[in-house]
Amino acid sequence: MSFIRLEPRGQASPLWVYGAPLLAVALTLVSGFLLFWAMGFNPVAALHAFFVAPLTSARGIGELVVKATPLTLCAVGLAVGFRANVWNIGAEGQLTLGAVTGGGLALAFYGEGGWWLLPLMVAGGIAGGMAWAAIPAFLRTRFNASEILTSLMLTYVALLLLSYLVHGPYRDPDGFAFPESRLFEEAATLPVLVSGTRIHLGALFALAAVAGCWVLVARTFVGFQIRVIGLTPAAAGYAGFKEKKIIWLTLLLSGGLSGLAGLGEVAGPIGQIVPSVSPGYGFTAIIVAFLGRLHPVGIVLAALLMALSFIGGEAAQIGLGLPKAITGVFQGMLLFFLLGSDVLIRYRVRVGARKTVSQGATA
Amino acid sequence: MSIEVAGPVIAAMMTAATPLLFAALGELVVEKSGVLNLGVEGMMLGGAVVGFAAAVLTGSSAVGFVAGALAGLLLAALFGVLTLGLFTNQVATGLALTLFGVGLSSLVGQGYVGHPIADVPELHIPVLTDLPIIGQPLFGQSLPVYLALAAVPAVHWFLFRTRAGLVLRAVGENHTAAHALGYKVIRIRFLAVLFGGAMSGLGGAYLSLDYTPMWAEGMTAGRGWIALALVVFATWKPGRVLAGAWLFGGVTILQLHAQGVGFAVPSQLLSMLPYLATVLVLVLISRDVTRIRLNAPASLGKIFYPD
Repeated sequence: MSFIRLEPRGQASPLWVYGAPLLAVALTLVSGFLLFWAMGFNPVAALHAFFVAPLTSARGIGELVVKATPLTLCAVGLAVGFRANVWNIGAEGQLTLGAVTGGGLALAFYGEGGWWLLPLMVAGGIAGGMAWAAIPAFLRTRFNASEILTSLMLTYVALLLLSYLVHGPYRDPDGFAFPESRLFEEAATLPVLVSGTRIHLGALFALAAVAGCWVLVARTFVGFQIRVIGLTPAAAGYAGFKEKKIIWLTLLLSGGLSGLAGLGEVAGPIGQIVPSVSPGYGFTAIIVAFLGRLHPVGIVLAALLMALSFIGGEAAQIGLGLPKAITGVFQGMLLFFLLGSDVLIRYRVRVGARKTVSQGATA
Repeated sequence: MSIEVAGPVIAAMMTAATPLLFAALGELVVEKSGVLNLGVEGMMLGGAVVGFAAAVLTGSSAVGFVAGALAGLLLAALFGVLTLGLFTNQVATGLALTLFGVGLSSLVGQGYVGHPIADVPELHIPVLTDLPIIGQPLFGQSLPVYLALAAVPAVHWFLFRTRAGLVLRAVGENHTAAHALGYKVIRIRFLAVLFGGAMSGLGGAYLSLDYTPMWAEGMTAGRGWIALALVVFATWKPGRVLAGAWLFGGVTILQLHAQGVGFAVPSQLLSMLPYLATVLVLVLISRDVTRIRLNAPASLGKIFYPD
């Protein structure tokens, strides 16, 4: 019939499991080239300014790690949920809540902090993110409400809550009415790991989360249940796996890690609570999870790449006068191409007319 | 509420409901065909920015609406090619469409932020519009408000009274059976996706051309997601979409009015109301599992591989 056809493969192609993300990155760069060209920029110079120039300094590489940290934290948690078909897309809200609760502790104990303050804030950030994710978990398990929509609605609520707090209770009393909190004191700030950069302790939290989630998914019975529920829900039902338990677990896990990411931002590079804690890390983490094939190691690589898109977006804003949102265009394109090229894992592309099957050959 | 303000309040509620009505009716048809497109927010933003830009460039809001619908349709086509042609996961592709639409719309719209534009004229029918209380809300709205209203019975008629609608619903209920009967599952779904995109684009264009009227980044503020929730709220029935859209229009207006009269609650907390209302309504509807199961298209979100 049609000239270009997709022919199912008997087995997933191992080549394309790894080749598809690379193809997607390449296609994104080609599209970016065309996009910049269409907008009247020198495409080579623009792509260089966007993706290469930020990496030519130690500071730039440090920023890459700083931005990859929250992305990794959010994405490893989300990926565990996605494996079980639990679609938490409210990581941005959970991240915000982590900043609100963990950062709120820094403000509550302002001036009296000791060695105990940071651990308390970390626990507070995790608890805040978990609490926010517990709402969709409860509504899904108890009332069957789609976690996609509830977690997303709660993101808008969380962002408004943050805005209310920095305009009201959290506002710096000596801050000339600017909507931001006091700068956190020393005891409430995550230590910098590499001097001369802003790489902070959160980067180690992210690596620990990656290792932890890998062990959970690949080496535990719960991880096995998660994978079975995601692949064949019916089989999981016959095996007696408790779907509700997995929904709770995955949402609390991803919420807690997102909350930790939010605390890492306010107690790390930002150092105070501001109206905009995240440039959309929670949403980009969804792409990171897919780009990393829901696999912890892949997620680290994907987070670094997506962090580069944020840095490139800032560079494009300063150097080329483009809105920061160009980051979203690149991220969206990358996810489109990635999802699209996944077809090669399960299908062969055949060009040419289909051979007519001879009648009666299979007698 | 005194009787004098009732008219303007009802009128404001109807305008607030209009973008939701467009987007939710479009998505309802898409879901009835068995496809879940979570990219409504992105398509609305695309429609809002392109519609606004077209209206500024041509000076015609009618051209703006057409351009907005086309922008939504093009974004939906992208979604359709990926999910229907390349079998991508519908949830992930829809999310990508929203991220892409948010970014692309602010890129396209960067020269238009804060640009003023004349809003769409309201109709004025002598006598009827001058009626007390109901005159203005019922007979004095701009044309798109009536288009959205007219789309409710039109979509209902199409889905439940025409042969094409029957085929579309069959495809959404059981694509394998529909395919076996010889219906072009992918083509039908693609057309439904395009319709949904055009309607979302119209909803977005209504926001930037008539409701606000101006372009600002991310101006849909989650209305695309609320539209998705409305489809569930309506249990996939067009008439109930209207009820839901009015309910949310009412909550939006309530929140604005409470701010207007200096109600002693911080504005951010009032602004949470539409989102909290969405969650509440979603919970109330979803907990009736049987009703959801009876009404939700059985193939919703499932991928169809033609053999």
